[in-house]
Amino acid sequence: MAPILDIQNLYKNYGATEILKDINISIEPGDFLVLVGPSGCGKSTLLNCIAGLEPITGGTLSIGGKDMTHVSPKDRDIAMVFQSYALYPTMSVAKNITFGMKVRGVDAATQEAKLKDVAALLQIEPLLNRRPSQLSGGQRQRVAMGRALVRDPKLFLFDEPLSNLDAKLRVEMRTEIKKLHQTLDASIVYVTHDQIEAMTLATKIVVLKGGIVQQIGSPAEIYNNPANLFVADFMGSPAMNLIPAQASNSGSGTQISIARETGETLVLNDARGLSLPQDVILGLRPEDIAEAGFRAGAGVQEAACMIDMVEPAGADTYVVSELGGKQVTARLHAETSAQAGQMLNLAFDMSKVSYFAKETGERLN
Amino acid sequence: MTDLSMPQAQTRSQSATGKIALRWLLYVLLGLFALYYLMPLFVMLTTSLKSLEEIRTGSLISLPREVSFDAWKTAWSGACTGIQCEGLRPYFWNSVLIAVPAVFLSTLIGALNGYVVAQWRFKGANIIFSLMLFGCFIPFQVVLLPMARLLGMMGIAGTIPGLIFVHVIYGLGFTTLFFRNYYVTIPSELTKAARVDGAGFLRIFWSIFMPLSLPIIVVTVIWQFTQIWNDFLFGVSFSQAGTQPVTVALNNIVNSTTGVKEYNVDMAAAIIAGLPTLLVYVVAGKYFIRGLTAGSVKG
Repeated sequence: MAPILDIQNLYKNYGATEILKDINISIEPGDFLVLVGPSGCGKSTLLNCIAGLEPITGGTLSIGGKDMTHVSPKDRDIAMVFQSYALYPTMSVAKNITFGMKVRGVDAATQEAKLKDVAALLQIEPLLNRRPSQLSGGQRQRVAMGRALVRDPKLFLFDEPLSNLDAKLRVEMRTEIKKLHQTLDASIVYVTHDQIEAMTLATKIVVLKGGIVQQIGSPAEIYNNPANLFVADFMGSPAMNLIPAQASNSGSGTQISIARETGETLVLNDARGLSLPQDVILGLRPEDIAEAGFRAGAGVQEAACMIDMVEPAGADTYVVSELGGKQVTARLHAETSAQAGQMLNLAFDMSKVSYFAKETGERLN
Repeated sequence: MTDLSMPQAQTRSQSATGKIALRWLLYVLLGLFALYYLMPLFVMLTTSLKSLEEIRTGSLISLPREVSFDAWKTAWSGACTGIQCEGLRPYFWNSVLIAVPAVFLSTLIGALNGYVVAQWRFKGANIIFSLMLFGCFIPFQVVLLPMARLLGMMGIAGTIPGLIFVHVIYGLGFTTLFFRNYYVTIPSELTKAARVDGAGFLRIFWSIFMPLSLPIIVVTVIWQFTQIWNDFLFGVSFSQAGTQPVTVALNNIVNSTTGVKEYNVDMAAAIIAGLPTLLVYVVAGKYFIRGLTAGSVKG
């Protein structure tokens, strides 16, 4: 199938400042693409470029197989949901939803029918005669989505739609957006700075930093095999432990030595037969460090560690220990007997470790 | 216990009396100021209702012994402005014919300008806006000669369309400023959303921005109407016999007297010339303050 959205070698400059550099993204129909990155990384600019609201400096962009590089927003067959919802303040909810159809000259009967469908889908029928100022945040969010849905476009664009909602509502709406994606089988490009939103919603994630694509992949790929230190640190909460270590390759595997402030050097063995340089950064997610005896597998190795801090979080208990000069977090089961200031045997799952080059931050394995 | 609490209660009531006294002092002062400011209007009104005989013999601030509207009649339709003696009436209509289209056009163009400068940021938008703002501060005397030349070249010198043109041009600085400052508070995402919805430049202006603009339209209309109606300099410079606005005619009535100075007619004429702006304030005044202080629009 032809890609629904195909971006090739896209550049965007504001004057002399390069905002986006050599962006190449392609998604299939039904994909949920999430653009994620810290603020100022260019993700919203990229979305505006896709929408045609910002002209691009170089490269090409096609939607639904048609070149859209220089086409105006209204002819791109897209619909967009904005962070501030951007509802027209003087129009009723119904008028907000039908405004686009009215502008495009859709006949009144069709407008009415589509409005009814969308209102039923989003459960906003009782609100149709209200003004946006009379709605709560969550209701405005629904209306904004209704305005996009009624267009039935090739591509939906979402610009941080949940960031103005409170935490509880955000989780609710997140689920709803996901459900909507599954019901409609729509193609979506979604911008967020929230990596949890990215993980839960996406079928494909693009991690951006400084206008450069760091990694493109499925949530699992991004999470398990981050392409560089930035992605490793940015995705996942609590963040991946990134520990400076010394590697020495031998026949039976790779010896990984991690210096410790207190006690002897921690030596672990990675049996995957990697060939690593001497100075590496070892990346291991908190859930891949467990209490000894609670994790089994070929790569699991145990070592006694000094526990500096215990943080019960209900379902899990996080413990912090100093390794290689870094505060390393391990995710233990809730009923752990770990106590701050005492030694505890921790199990490191070495089969899950990512290695990064110390100088470039690029992934090594 | 009662003994102890007595002085406290006393001081409390004392301070309460003090507060009330202060409040009354304030009202009295404000009342005096109001009287002071209303005095000229009072004199104008009473004088306009007196006969010349009574003005000569009576006191300036006394009420008219006999109320007579003769002076008003004369001011409206009989007073002499130079050689003609038609009163203010024809000039009053000239002013209406100048002010209404000029207010309408300068408000409309100002709204469009403000919309472009605030919502369609293009290269040099800030420079253009600064230049327009600069236009607010140019003394009118400076432009009299070049404007006279321009009006002559356009063939509308001394005509009512010529005066409309002048007022529209010199109103644009302010009207653009008003609308621009109002429209920058409207999130640009609104324009973006409408563009994705398929609306064009003018459609967005009419369907989304205009309905939001009532408070600032009222402000602009009041401002422009007052400016244009009260204008004397342009009126006297760019008009000729038959196209003079009411302000110029008023000046002529007051200055062209033969024999006795008809104070009652002068006063009546001055009030007539000032009535429309007063009326606009009374009708739309509350929106004026509201519009001036209007802030962001809740999305």
